[in-house]
Amino acid sequence: MSVRNQPARFESDTDEALELNFDIQGHPVRRPWWKVWSKRNNRVPWVSIFVVLFVLVLPALLADVITTHDPLRGVLADRLTPPFWMEGGTTTYPLGTDKQGRDILTRLIYGARISLTVSTITILIGAVVGSTLGLLAGYFGGWVDRFVSWLIDTFLSLPHVLLALVIVAAIGPSFVTIVAIIAVTIWASFARQVRGETLSVRETEYVARAHVAGTTSWRILLRHVLPNVANTLIVLATLQVGVVILEESSLSFIGAGIPRPNPSWGVMVADGRDQILISWWISFFPGLCILLVVLSLNLLGDWLRDFLDPKMRQRGRS
Amino acid sequence: MINAVRGLLTLFAVSILVFSLARLTGDPIDVLAPVDISREDEAALRERWGLNGSIWEQYVSFVGNASQGDFGPSFKYPTETAASVIAERLPASISLGIVATVLTLVIGVPLGILSAVKRGSWLDRIAKGLALFGQSVPEFWLAIMLIWFVAVRWNVVPTSGISGWQSYILPSIVISVFGIAALLRLFRSAMLETLGSEYVKLARLKGLSEFKVVWKHALKPASIAPLTFFGGIAVRMLTGATVVEIVFAWPGVGYLAYEAANARDFPVVQALALFTAAVIIIMNLLIDITYAYVDPRVRLGQKAIA
Repeated sequence: MSVRNQPARFESDTDEALELNFDIQGHPVRRPWWKVWSKRNNRVPWVSIFVVLFVLVLPALLADVITTHDPLRGVLADRLTPPFWMEGGTTTYPLGTDKQGRDILTRLIYGARISLTVSTITILIGAVVGSTLGLLAGYFGGWVDRFVSWLIDTFLSLPHVLLALVIVAAIGPSFVTIVAIIAVTIWASFARQVRGETLSVRETEYVARAHVAGTTSWRILLRHVLPNVANTLIVLATLQVGVVILEESSLSFIGAGIPRPNPSWGVMVADGRDQILISWWISFFPGLCILLVVLSLNLLGDWLRDFLDPKMRQRGRS
Repeated sequence: MINAVRGLLTLFAVSILVFSLARLTGDPIDVLAPVDISREDEAALRERWGLNGSIWEQYVSFVGNASQGDFGPSFKYPTETAASVIAERLPASISLGIVATVLTLVIGVPLGILSAVKRGSWLDRIAKGLALFGQSVPEFWLAIMLIWFVAVRWNVVPTSGISGWQSYILPSIVISVFGIAALLRLFRSAMLETLGSEYVKLARLKGLSEFKVVWKHALKPASIAPLTFFGGIAVRMLTGATVVEIVFAWPGVGYLAYEAANARDFPVVQALALFTAAVIIIMNLLIDITYAYVDPRVRLGQKAIA
């Protein structure tokens, strides 16, 4: 490789987007396709959006319309039918049935509804409670900050799987219980993030000027600080959907979450656990759904973070 | 010092929470004792389980005893105390935890550093893929899939329980997957930042070998940020361990928590929750201390820029 073909590079910069496309003499730099592709980090992650839409959101919204089977009651005669491409499988049950003869695909679709509902509610609660406390702590400081920070630390060091087990042993598994448990565990991450952001926003010139101009604290918080932490909130909320789905399915898997016979993805994996040798499809597909959705949400969150960061956005366009 | 006091306060809060949760069901006697229990037997049982007096008296005596390591007798195993039940199960969890932590550090840290140094290479690509997978895969499902393939189909390792060192392979892999992913990401971004900094440039200009630049000058400041997150990672690994222990029927404290909660063995559950919280708090304290060691700004009493 000749020296001319080496792209110029700024040592101090960590982003490859700043690699120049022309060398010193003005000749275009040729790069192999894999390098070109890898540089398009900031492209819209269509695949992720597609997966989240078609595995999580649409099934959740349209579950009653697109399914023909009952998610809770199966046909015992058809139990343990394999997926359609295997021997003995039929297209009536595209992904097979479980040991009670329930259609896996139907249950997956209704499971998406459970995942989406749980994550929406818990994130709304967590974001509202967490960001309120975070804003107050970061802005007012003093004992408010000390108390809220202590609360955050406490809730982050709670052994929440254990707590879920205790609560469920005490009052039994239900939808409300699981939502409460997860909301209690996720508000702290919102609070911590928002508090940190608020601390830095508070030191900015425009907040100081608003203060001098006689703006009330509440108005500063709502009109000047909140909009500036909104990006962080959006990114965090996206990433937390994945966290909540993982958490809900884990708890449901160990019997401390969504009670049977509801088709939570975690419950479905647990249902097929004993049959993994012969009827692997019962556990495999729900787990795959979790993996795909959470993976896509993580990619989406990372992309959003870069996209909403003004510095990164300019770089992406150059 | 202040952190230690805060930790104690946290532990106190956890004890109230756990105690009141365990009493949510109402009187344990109603739940656990036989219906036709005689009045004398009931009184004796109350005495033994520390259920005498008002709920406040019960709590005070619970905290008093707990601070001396006495959590009362186990409801499920009447001949043992909660503390002894836990002590029996502890070695299995600790050994698994050590293996998983070592695996996490040995794989996560070097991979994160290398993928930052060789940014954009195939190694970086693989590392990024691994990080994404590790953060997204549900542990229980990965465990079942591994049992299905590695343990049953290829028959390489045992499916559950402890029988020799091979038993550690699958559970420790599953537990460490999340930690590896998280550490890898953190180290990668931290290293990228320090590798672009002025003092690394200076180190290079001085003519130091690339090895020294990366592993000495860049690594130390780069390991501060991941350290602060290690507490969170460790918590996630501990809770993940509960689920993994259940899948592998691993005779550790995580599985014990599951059994105890299902059997409503409240002394054991209370003790476990307090114990786990204490472990997490102590770990966070240790991290603070390490933090001070690594970052001279903290050690010298200046406030670190968080």
